[in-house]
Amino acid sequence: MYAYDEIDRTLVNERVSEFRDQVKRRLSGELTEDEFKMLRLQNGVYLQLHAYMFRVAIPYGTLATKQLRALAHVARKYDRGYGHFTTRQNIQFNWIKLAELPDALEDLSKVGIHAMQTSGNNMRNVTSDQWAGVAPGEIEDPRIWSELIRQHTTLHPEFSFLPRKFKIAITASDHDRAAIKIHDIGLRLIKNEKGETGFEVLVGGGLGRTPFIAKTIKHFVHGRDILSYIEAILRVYNQYGRRDNIYKARIKILVHELGIEKFSREVEEEWQHIRNSSLQIDDEVIEDIRSRFTYPAYEKLPHMPDELRQAAADPDFEAWRKNSVAPHKVQGYSIVTISLKPIGKPPGDATAEQMDALADLADKYSFGEIRVGHEQNLALPHVAKRDLPALWKALDKLDLATPNVNLITDIIACPGLDYCSLANARSIPIAQELTRRFANHELANLIGRLHINISGCINACGHHHVGHIGILGVEKNGEEVYQITIGGRADESAALGNLIGPGVKFDEVADVVEDIVEAYLALRERPEELFMDTVKRLGVEPFKERVYATR
Amino acid sequence: MTSPLEQKKIKIAGPSVVTANRTWDGIVVYRTAAKSWSADLSEAAIVRNSDEAKALLAESAADDVGAVGPYIAPVQVGADGKVEPGNLREQIRRTGVTIGQPAQV
Ligand code: HEM
Ligand code: SF4
Repeated sequence: MYAYDEIDRTLVNERVSEFRDQVKRRLSGELTEDEFKMLRLQNGVYLQLHAYMFRVAIPYGTLATKQLRALAHVARKYDRGYGHFTTRQNIQFNWIKLAELPDALEDLSKVGIHAMQTSGNNMRNVTSDQWAGVAPGEIEDPRIWSELIRQHTTLHPEFSFLPRKFKIAITASDHDRAAIKIHDIGLRLIKNEKGETGFEVLVGGGLGRTPFIAKTIKHFVHGRDILSYIEAILRVYNQYGRRDNIYKARIKILVHELGIEKFSREVEEEWQHIRNSSLQIDDEVIEDIRSRFTYPAYEKLPHMPDELRQAAADPDFEAWRKNSVAPHKVQGYSIVTISLKPIGKPPGDATAEQMDALADLADKYSFGEIRVGHEQNLALPHVAKRDLPALWKALDKLDLATPNVNLITDIIACPGLDYCSLANARSIPIAQELTRRFANHELANLIGRLHINISGCINACGHHHVGHIGILGVEKNGEEVYQITIGGRADESAALGNLIGPGVKFDEVADVVEDIVEAYLALRERPEELFMDTVKRLGVEPFKERVYATR
Repeated sequence: MTSPLEQKKIKIAGPSVVTANRTWDGIVVYRTAAKSWSADLSEAAIVRNSDEAKALLAESAADDVGAVGPYIAPVQVGADGKVEPGNLREQIRRTGVTIGQPAQV
């Protein structure tokens, strides 16, 4: 866990009283909506279809139990009893009243939670691997660096009025769980030949209307230089980025138009000016941040405790363990992913009761810590293996033990036309129908790893471009139509999916996905060949044929 | 969302209302003939041509404290005079999410 310092607490408290005053002036008419809009957006407040939506940051996805309880409290007291975990390590509340927002913010501020920079053309919440600090084989806890960047960029004047929003993600493992290649800047922690810690820096990734996979701009930037290097990138972006055309304003467009070589030359030149400035990070600064991350006092535990051996006889437990439980860097412990994708429910939603109960479970079984991942699931990062059977039973009672992590029903979906004012089509009902179709666990398991991602418009909040099967809602003659892509992925081999053909109607989507899955099952050479392997081997053609032969 | 200003250029194709979100709590409201806002679509002022629509929108936009983001939305008026939303988006705004909610207070 991370302990925030005095500066952070003061900043957050000042922000709350400032916003309270702004809301008061808005409601009295002293501020017009035009004047107020930017102020509310700076505090994570959007207007959706039915109500205001309030987006709260969860830096690098780490939550203490008291913070999760505070989120539950906000859901219960100010909203309709639930919250929605998003693909960016944020939580959104969908039904907040503007008049009550300052109170909600104040309640959250008491546990160090805020909504700054969850919206607007600034540096957004720096995201990271939800298994940070516990994943085996990690170079170093990437949150130390996420935190450094968070501190440097929070309310930084130079980054507060960028041409467009800006997102940084950091990973420190070979397997990328932070989707760094679809971020404006992606950072991969590595060691050089001398054993020094630094970063491979990628730039220009992003989804939305014009999707791009990020390109490597530099193979190694020393840790002490990372702030100056990021700042050099941002300065070039700030200078050249298009402010006249919102569709061309993201750094991905600039990188694409200048070309990565020219862009990197510009960055290099800028970097030489500022590299040996106060932006160079002293070891003490990093040590101070490092010392604020505390890790549990792990016990010395057996690799295979009796409790686990006995529980293995229960096929239901085993089904869950197989998909939800991952190795931990400390022997005798596991990382447990909690599926927020129960069959038939909106992906990523959690009720206040579930959040409170999860906080209790995290206190009991995971040293008071919870993580939020970009797949809209949660994780308990330090569970002793002997506790797995008891934890599973407790999760099951809360409807949080659906054994579908990484399977076809572990769907990412944006709010779509049910909530979002920008949407063209619904996303959540499509996800609900698909989870019902593939509810049979044996079937889902037989299919194996397969990610479906759904967005309700081209903004791509549901990451449809990088879904193994991607579903994009569009509108045609007043009707919801869905375009299907296959072959996208968001991990270290990130790729954009390919369209398989004309869009299909709302009622046909689940049938089409079934056709694709059946085609895959018939085409795969052996059960271990995953959907993505088959797509890689055969391309989209056979799937296209199957889907459109009868349509 | 189309801003009221941009919408001024838009011609309406059939009966329409002005809708927005109430400022203090964000709920969906409709402009009434009595120059106020109501959560009930049946109380909405119906406009039938572009000039009327523009006028209603201008008047609604002037009430900046009452509601935010006013825009013109299509409706259908039945033979019995019953007013229904004219598209799926407005249908969802009127009746709420189509997906059931995890918890109600
Ligand atoms: C009121 C609700 C929301 C609004 C108005 C909204 C708006 C937008 C817009 C306009 C973009 C495109 C920005 C651009 O490419 O320049 C975008 C992108 C994105 N949104 Fe949302 N969004 C909403 C909810 C969500 C939710 C619920 C999630 C997570 C499930 C999310 C995650 C993302 C992500 C990951 C992107 C990035 C796509 C990229 O890489 O460029 N958003 N959003
Ligand atoms: S993808 Fe579109 S519909 Fe979905 S949340 Fe983002 S802006 Fe809304």
